[in-house]
Amino acid sequence: MKKWFKSGTPWIWLNAGAIAVCILMVASIILLIASRGMVYFWPKDVMVADYNEPTQKKVLVVGELQNSKTVPAIVIKEGNENIPVPKDKLEFERYLIKESILKGDKYKIVFRTYLKDFLKSIQYPKNIVVVEQRSGGNFYGYFHAIKQKDSVIDKENIAGSLDKLLDRATELHDQIYEIEKDDIGTINYKKSNLNLEKIKLDFYKEKDIRKYQSLKISEAKLDAENDKLKTKLLSLRQKINRDILVFKTQDNKTFEINLANIIRIYQPNQLSVFGKSILYVEKFWEFLSDDPREANTEGGIFPAILGTVVMVILMTILVTPIGVIGAIYLREYAKQGVLIRIVRISVNNLAGVPSIVFGVFGLGFFVYVLGGSLDVFFYPERVDSNITTFGSPSLMWAALTLALLTLPVVIVATEEGLSRVPRAIREGSLALGATKAETLWRTVLPMASPGMITGLILAIARAAGEVAPLMLVGVVMYSPSPPIDLNPPFLHVDRTFMHLGNHIYGLAFQSPDSEAVQPLVFATAFILVMVIIILNLTAISIRNRLREKYRALEN
Amino acid sequence: MSSEPNIQKSSSRIQKYRGFKDSLARYIVNAGGYSVILAICLIFLYLLYEVVPLFYDTEVTKVSEYVMPGDSSKTLYLSTEGRLVISTRVTEKGKVYFFNTNTGKVTHTEQIKLPNNSKIISFYKTEPNKKGIVEKDEELEGKEIVVFGLDTGEAIIARHFFEVSHDEKGNRIITAKLDYPFSGKPIVISKQKRLEKISAEWDEDGISIITHDSDGKIKLSYLEKASTLDEDEPAEFEQSQITITELAVESVKQILVNKEQKWVYVLHKNNGLSFYDISDKKTAKLLQHIPSLTPQANVSDMRFLVGGTSLLIGTDAGKLMQWFPVRDQNNNYSLIKIREFSQQNAKISSISTEYSRKGFAAVDSKGHLAIYHSTADRILYNEFLTKKPILAVYLAPRADAVLIETVLVANQSNSSSTRSLQFWHIKNNHPEVSWSSLWGKVWYENHPEEKWIWQSTASHDVEPKFSLMPLSFGTLKAAFYAMLISIPLAILGAIFTAYFMASRMRKVVKPSIEIMEALPTVIIGFLAGLWLAPLVDKNLTGVFLILATLPLGILLASYYWNRVPSRYRHKIPDGWEAALLIPVIILVVWLTFNVLGPIFDNLFFDGSMSHWLGTGENKIDYKQRNSIIIGLAMGFAVIPTIFSIAEDAIFAVPKHLTQGSLALGATAWQTLSRVVLLTASPGMFSAVMIGFGRAIGETMIILMATGNTAIMDGSIFTGMRTLSSNIATELPEAAQHSTHFRILFLTALVLFLFTFVFNTIAEIVRQRLRNKYSNL
Repeated sequence: MKKWFKSGTPWIWLNAGAIAVCILMVASIILLIASRGMVYFWPKDVMVADYNEPTQKKVLVVGELQNSKTVPAIVIKEGNENIPVPKDKLEFERYLIKESILKGDKYKIVFRTYLKDFLKSIQYPKNIVVVEQRSGGNFYGYFHAIKQKDSVIDKENIAGSLDKLLDRATELHDQIYEIEKDDIGTINYKKSNLNLEKIKLDFYKEKDIRKYQSLKISEAKLDAENDKLKTKLLSLRQKINRDILVFKTQDNKTFEINLANIIRIYQPNQLSVFGKSILYVEKFWEFLSDDPREANTEGGIFPAILGTVVMVILMTILVTPIGVIGAIYLREYAKQGVLIRIVRISVNNLAGVPSIVFGVFGLGFFVYVLGGSLDVFFYPERVDSNITTFGSPSLMWAALTLALLTLPVVIVATEEGLSRVPRAIREGSLALGATKAETLWRTVLPMASPGMITGLILAIARAAGEVAPLMLVGVVMYSPSPPIDLNPPFLHVDRTFMHLGNHIYGLAFQSPDSEAVQPLVFATAFILVMVIIILNLTAISIRNRLREKYRALEN
Repeated sequence: MSSEPNIQKSSSRIQKYRGFKDSLARYIVNAGGYSVILAICLIFLYLLYEVVPLFYDTEVTKVSEYVMPGDSSKTLYLSTEGRLVISTRVTEKGKVYFFNTNTGKVTHTEQIKLPNNSKIISFYKTEPNKKGIVEKDEELEGKEIVVFGLDTGEAIIARHFFEVSHDEKGNRIITAKLDYPFSGKPIVISKQKRLEKISAEWDEDGISIITHDSDGKIKLSYLEKASTLDEDEPAEFEQSQITITELAVESVKQILVNKEQKWVYVLHKNNGLSFYDISDKKTAKLLQHIPSLTPQANVSDMRFLVGGTSLLIGTDAGKLMQWFPVRDQNNNYSLIKIREFSQQNAKISSISTEYSRKGFAAVDSKGHLAIYHSTADRILYNEFLTKKPILAVYLAPRADAVLIETVLVANQSNSSSTRSLQFWHIKNNHPEVSWSSLWGKVWYENHPEEKWIWQSTASHDVEPKFSLMPLSFGTLKAAFYAMLISIPLAILGAIFTAYFMASRMRKVVKPSIEIMEALPTVIIGFLAGLWLAPLVDKNLTGVFLILATLPLGILLASYYWNRVPSRYRHKIPDGWEAALLIPVIILVVWLTFNVLGPIFDNLFFDGSMSHWLGTGENKIDYKQRNSIIIGLAMGFAVIPTIFSIAEDAIFAVPKHLTQGSLALGATAWQTLSRVVLLTASPGMFSAVMIGFGRAIGETMIILMATGNTAIMDGSIFTGMRTLSSNIATELPEAAQHSTHFRILFLTALVLFLFTFVFNTIAEIVRQRLRNKYSNL
């Protein structure tokens, strides 16, 4: 024993334990996010049970079991004193169940906890249906009838005839959505532009009446177009409201849902694994491609993905040239001396400066100073009527701020790439009569390109996950208009945008029911983590391959 | 042959073009390089540029001086509106003169409607900038309600205000107006008695008027708004009256009622102060009587600081004090002298308070003007202005100007009737900032003692509390707990990975740590807040136990592995210990949480440690999102930073050193602890420095995994607010260029400098180390 201690083996094992703990932490976190995030889309069975807690009213529970937790008996006792706790019972199992409860004249989603011990006669009825509604979340019930304009048209084979009707409703809904979002959106965009134009004419005290008139004419045109669309919408809405589905709830009440409000209907308790898989893929796709609903707590995350991607692309366009040129300057052109050493250290340090400081700088300098002066220079008339164009947080400033944030990443990686190019290659090129620029462009840069790409990928990964500075310079919880649309100039850099990281923050910490949105947060986090891990692994593998290559060159 | 010159020509053109391209590239690259350098400097300089105005000196510049506009009777008070265009003068005869502030030219005159044959004896100007029944719109500046006490025993409530309109050319026209809110009729208080002193305050429900009449009665008259069904109907008021106390006319110097109409102060001629509670308007209770506010001198002026909580008291010896009521544990209020400001040279002749900040100006009889801020406990300006004795001072609503009433000609006696008026501009944008207000304990209004508080959301009545102490403390606390977790794990892990680990395993471990570094902090924060916090809360005992069980388990595993027959043991080569330990750790963690934890919980903590901590006799402040969570989550975020730098430093130790040591018969562990670690220790030091820098600036984890409350509490069971999370939550709401905005920039600058200095030190240490290695 003593010898064993003296040999130092226990300390070596303790060191090994530390790294094992680190690896386990990373692995378990990624596994946790992956499992929780992926489970979100799996259709759960719907449970029906009676809940009979002592001294409480007996209630009927219909819903999807979300998770179960063990809770110390003492905590349970505090909630309801009358719960009998046997001496040896230390913990209770508590279920979190997603239910739909009648509130006013609508069924709304609530998450409630139940103690497993008091849930009695649990069943999973085969014919129970889950209705995913566009507004209001899920509804659980049984088919009763299909109505068209107050007359029942079907009571027997509801599931069979439903598909066609639902397809029709979905198609109509898509048309309505297109008109509302795209066409009317375009009109509103044009109208606001006209308004800005009018402000400009007023500001410069334009004498030419014709200019005002032409503005009026275009406005009238837009109004007419708008009216036309509105009538079209009205007729579409009448059409879509034709079919009504009647349900019986578990407690034998009837409830009507307009087909227009239904996304999909399924009977999870009789779905096979294969059927559930198809549904899973469908839901996953919907999550990636749809707009959020119900204050971000339902629906998809498409705008957040789009905002992240557009912001990252803009940032890459900004950071690449400056980062690469900066690295070339430091490595190839600048006189190596004390000054350049200081600059190099400063660039390195910039990577260690808290990201929030970049946000503060971005808000103060880019948004207020730069944006403010751009506004005064280009649009004095808008400043006069308190309209900001560039002088408020927006996509452009967010991209610029993150470009500054990731600049050291790109510079350091590119410099490393440049430093790994053997001197012989440079000297050979120069000896053959190439100028410095030609040597750089034709030989050094191509060989250093993997280093640059590594830097860029790392920069992108960093930008995709960064939230704190963005909260100051342009990210919002919900943006009404996307940064890219069909209205020229198509890319609107002066708009605010949504971001995956901020979406997670907002969902997790600004929703009224944090328990309820947890699965959704995990799903969003899963997407973000996947993107970042893939980007990083790519960067790592490029770097490793690069090292091998130069090792071969050096020999 | 004939084509040769052509070739030469074209080749020289190509040469020129190449030369041009070369120099163009040089210019572009140089420009790019300089722009990078510029960008780094710009961040620092811009932050500095936003911060520096906080420390600017107060400037006071004279604009004009003129003979007091209007007649030569005594001035009751002067005021000016927000844009400083028109000022108002009210005289003891009830004349209201509106005049141009720059020139003193009277533009408009009004007469306050006084009952026949009555004279103004006393007057009081209520606190401006309040919303209430008479103030429905937002534009409050320049609207002031004044009450006059008459010799007929009646009180008149008047209000003067300004209306802004635009003429055809778009020029702004400001019109001065006078009206009579609160029913508009004179209010009968003491029939046919002179109202010697008067004071009043109002709100949505009514107005309280305190009077001292020639009978010696101090009365409270309360006009309560009667509820009317129709909003547009003129409001009706019901009057009630009580007598607070009786005091001889000569013995009372001043009476004041505070903004909330809760407290009445009576200042006696002998410098005593009585403090009454009138909150229910039906009874008056004497709370305290202070025999003498200043033993050596006489009180020369007493005013409320904005908000009506603090009393500012000036004496004829030039002393200035701030008093306010402080509540003790039994809910009893007593007036306490909070602070004394630096001495003036002569008798304080007049005090004027700011309309929206806790600042005030005081003038003395020798012609000095001094500007103070109470919370910052700071004298901002104290200069000699004029040789003429100053009689009164009036601050403008935005505290950007001051009107000073002096005697017309110097050396003239005070009793002479003509007066002169001086108009001065003040530049004083950030009086709230001082060393003591940022870092010292400050006694704030409505607080029982001196405290460090950060509370930036301030309205007119609540003073902003800009103490950076709780934030800095929180930052260090968070970093401390993070380092507590991360240093051992990262450094020990780095030692094993760099020195003992099999190279095949290294190829898996290093990328995993890089992935760990790349995980967005928003993800770590959300996991910490929503998943880890409840988990730790439930298994609190287990979390503490694991500190002991995990090392023990690892040591046990090591011991028994040593005793496994060597034919099995040698199947797994050296350097794979970490992989062997993974199942052991999983087992130990599971056992600790699921077996040992509950056993301890039931033995000592009635089943749940967190529950036990928060209740019962040993009740302590326990939060679910506490420093343990921060330590774990932020420790997790910092581990990879420390790990990679430390690992690099250990791995780069020249091989011949270790080989030499091993060849001399040292064991692997001896070589490591006596040779490798000694050589690599500067690198490990810089790794810890950089990790610390990262922990200092981390934002999202703090934002999501703590309660984000700014408290000064080192307990492991509470959360914190850090400099960075404070910026993230408050900067979007801070008004541009306000003091709050600039202080947030100051904290950003501090963070920037702090991490910059830390990283520079670490970087220099690392470069030295690299040189050392290359020399070995």
